[in-house]
Amino acid sequence: MANTLFDKIWDAHVVNLIDGGPTQLYIDRHYCHEVTSPQAFDGLRQRGLKVFRPEKTFCSPDHNIPTLNQDKPISDPVSRNQVETLTRNANEFGVTLYGLGHKKNGIIHVIGPENGLTLPGYTIVCGDSHTSTHGAFGAVAFGIGTSEVEMVLASQCILQPKPKTMRINVNGKLRNGVTAKDIALYIIAKMTTGGATGYFVEYAGETIRNLSMEERMTVCNLSIEMGARGGMIAPDEITFAYCKGREFAPKGEEWEKAVAYWRTLKSDEDAVFDKEINFDAADIEPRITFGTNPGMGMGIGESIPAPDPEDEAGKISYAKSLEYMGFEVGQKLEGHPIDYVFLGSCTNGRIEDFRAFANFVKGKKKADNVTAWLVPGSWMVTDQIKAEGLDKILAEAGFELRQPGCSACLAMNEDKIPSGKLAVSTSNRNFEGRQGPGSRTILAGPLVAAASAITGILTDPRKI
Amino acid sequence: MKEKFNIITSTCIPLPMENVDTDQIIPARFLKATSREGFGDNLFRDWRYDKDGKPIETFVLNDPTYSGCILVAGKNFGSGSSREHAAWAIADYGFRVVVSSFFADIHKNNELNNFVLPVVVSEGFLAELFNTIGVNPKAEVIVNLPEQTITNRETGHSETFDINPYKKHCLMNGLDDIEFLLSKKNDIEAYEAGRK
Repeated sequence: MANTLFDKIWDAHVVNLIDGGPTQLYIDRHYCHEVTSPQAFDGLRQRGLKVFRPEKTFCSPDHNIPTLNQDKPISDPVSRNQVETLTRNANEFGVTLYGLGHKKNGIIHVIGPENGLTLPGYTIVCGDSHTSTHGAFGAVAFGIGTSEVEMVLASQCILQPKPKTMRINVNGKLRNGVTAKDIALYIIAKMTTGGATGYFVEYAGETIRNLSMEERMTVCNLSIEMGARGGMIAPDEITFAYCKGREFAPKGEEWEKAVAYWRTLKSDEDAVFDKEINFDAADIEPRITFGTNPGMGMGIGESIPAPDPEDEAGKISYAKSLEYMGFEVGQKLEGHPIDYVFLGSCTNGRIEDFRAFANFVKGKKKADNVTAWLVPGSWMVTDQIKAEGLDKILAEAGFELRQPGCSACLAMNEDKIPSGKLAVSTSNRNFEGRQGPGSRTILAGPLVAAASAITGILTDPRKI
Repeated sequence: MKEKFNIITSTCIPLPMENVDTDQIIPARFLKATSREGFGDNLFRDWRYDKDGKPIETFVLNDPTYSGCILVAGKNFGSGSSREHAAWAIADYGFRVVVSSFFADIHKNNELNNFVLPVVVSEGFLAELFNTIGVNPKAEVIVNLPEQTITNRETGHSETFDINPYKKHCLMNGLDDIEFLLSKKNDIEAYEAGRK
């Protein structure tokens, strides 16, 4: 029978099918951060359980950590307690921790791939919806809740209903100035914020195949923003080249065996998806969002569209969203003054994002009205930035690098966009108050962020 | 063991917004606790309280007209972040049922794992229910898990809803997934051995 890539990996991990119920699925890799794990470890303690397979769980604090002075104690006692609780739990239960100050610390979705912990064919979970990032390697990777984190710790398994499958094909040549982020924001706007709920998405087509691993991670990372359970891309030579030599990747004969298996991980020619959608890369412009969910987006030169007149219930939410942002239907946002720029997050906090940003601002100066927070996704990204001299280019243009972490993406640490201020963010969510109470977020790719940081207004990078 | 679930009859609290994301259900700055308790105080925090912590009178949770343990929400409820704190906040506030025409996947699982029942109804049933509650805030709804039905008592209209038999059994008997998985240890070890 012809199978999809998703089916092949899912089916290879089924331990039990429960009658009329969910699947008991085996998990190859489990990532933990400090926010969604403490209650799960506590649950084990209350039940008197150990971690069943401690060698398969890796932890890194990322959400709460400061992006300045990480060598000093965290000033917020509640944040500090949560980070220290992860350290205590990792030590007590014998799982690997890349804690604050460790050279491998960083955003969990950035460090997993960097260290070869994320590999093709794996099932990967984490108490974090952006776990879909790892699907870029041809893995079945998805976010889970804390009760499910406890299940994985206790049994290395999870109970999950099998999602439906969807393939999104993007073909054609990308226009100049269009990034992977723009592809994702375009797809989400077309699909809407809930349009892929219940589905596991495979991204395919020539445009996707031509993306680098980091670009693929950006696309898969945002799958959850259209409601998808996860997103994935079939592994190929680009994937294998990325994985080879990384610390936890197989070596020698094991590597050859692994690659031979990975080459089988693709949807069969006549595989049937529950839904199949096609997009043309030539239709994609640099994107921005204008509302309070990632589906409310448009090309940077466009005007804010009117809501669907047929959708009575939807109109209320649409109006509330625009009221929060301070925008109106028909308004153009290109040229609108901005206050903050945030480069970072598990969406756009990798080395290629910093290269793109640095190359763009090279020889230019940051606008005086803009506060820019540049937050690498990990210490390995930071080290690479320095090795390539990007830090000097950024400094000359008036930008400072902060220390790695999730930072202003969800503002659990001090990096909060002040109330009413407008931020251009390379992160993943523009929800009300996401970047701090009252903050207003415009999601964009690293090039729109760089161009806007230079001019102080929302700017199409192709016009500079 | 959690509170067993059977038949619930209650008035409803209406929230006719669509795409209510988990950042609105509980904002990130309230996720720093290391226990499961107390999240109900900050449920819908930024819609419920102003910057100074004063209740915003127009928000439905601050309106004494509405009460009950059933939350009725617009479509695509619980989108965004996987934070189970959102389900903890809903349960801790006292909700036992959330009714919507559409739930985000992760949040739906999180509700079930916390003995809050997500009931998916048709767009038509939902629109009528919002209308019913608008006209009579004391209107009652019956959620019958054994029969898998939801009934709007004012109009008498009823719908069946889906839930997989395993989860239904868990809810009705106060059982959680961990106990089940622990009972399958032999299967897990056999699976691991088979892969080597």
